[in-house]
Amino acid sequence: MSALNDEICVPIKSAADIVVARQKGRALAVQMGFSGSDPTVIAAAISEVARNIVNHAVQGEVILSGIHESSRLGIQVVARDEGPGIADIEQAMQYGYSSGKGMGVGLPGAKWLMDEFDIKSHVGKGTRVTMRKWVH
Amino acid sequence: MHVPILKQGDYLIATIQSVLSDADLLQLRDDLADRVGQFRSRGVIIDATVLDVIDSFATRTLRGIAHMLKLRGAETVIAGIQPDVAFAMVQLGLTLEGVGTALDLEEGLVFLNTKSKRAGSLVARTGGALPPSPPKVHHPTPIQRGSRRPK
Repeated sequence: MSALNDEICVPIKSAADIVVARQKGRALAVQMGFSGSDPTVIAAAISEVARNIVNHAVQGEVILSGIHESSRLGIQVVARDEGPGIADIEQAMQYGYSSGKGMGVGLPGAKWLMDEFDIKSHVGKGTRVTMRKWVH
Repeated sequence: MHVPILKQGDYLIATIQSVLSDADLLQLRDDLADRVGQFRSRGVIIDATVLDVIDSFATRTLRGIAHMLKLRGAETVIAGIQPDVAFAMVQLGLTLEGVGTALDLEEGLVFLNTKSKRAGSLVARTGGALPPSPPKVHHPTPIQRGSRRPK
């Protein structure tokens, strides 16, 4: 798998940046050839992972890139922060579980929306979510 | 971006003009809570046609607005959610349970009119001031055969 173009990095410092991240993600999705409801689905997933940064880590970034693997094209979204990290990832990925803010929908919801989802977190160091969706 | 709120008789219509940040949504909530009291509104339509995404925060806020306004005596209807936005919401497991929804502004008005008519008849029944109105009997006008045939 390799990147197609320069990655787009959106710093997430406040809730207003969530809108910027998902708008850039939608534009990139359209550019990569996603159609129908897919650009909106991708934008919604970006919204949730970016919101996770604002709610738990205060600041971080969302990195968007067009990717390709053999003959298929896709989009990769990386959301990373240097926040407090998640001690129990299994619990955080449970639908409806919330550590305080939010509805506990964000991370598990984003996983449902995308084709691939990976989360790595170290307590005290931060969290990195990597998600991909392929053009079908 | 600020959401303008128009007064239309007993109703308020808030037409979202562009994508909203979290702060804009919370501002809309506060504005509506104020206006419903100021204008003694019975219903509120939030036109969400231009919303690009309704994520977990937006869902929770819209639901919160509807429930809060209900406590203030007004019915809320969210109109115009786009099909792909609805699709993403369903995939996220988000619902607007307990909140009125309508296809567009026009259907939203119909929804509120139906709701307030029902509320009106409830007042009449429990107040006891008005006798129950007799059921309307429809007398169809007999059709005279051939009278309307084009010549």
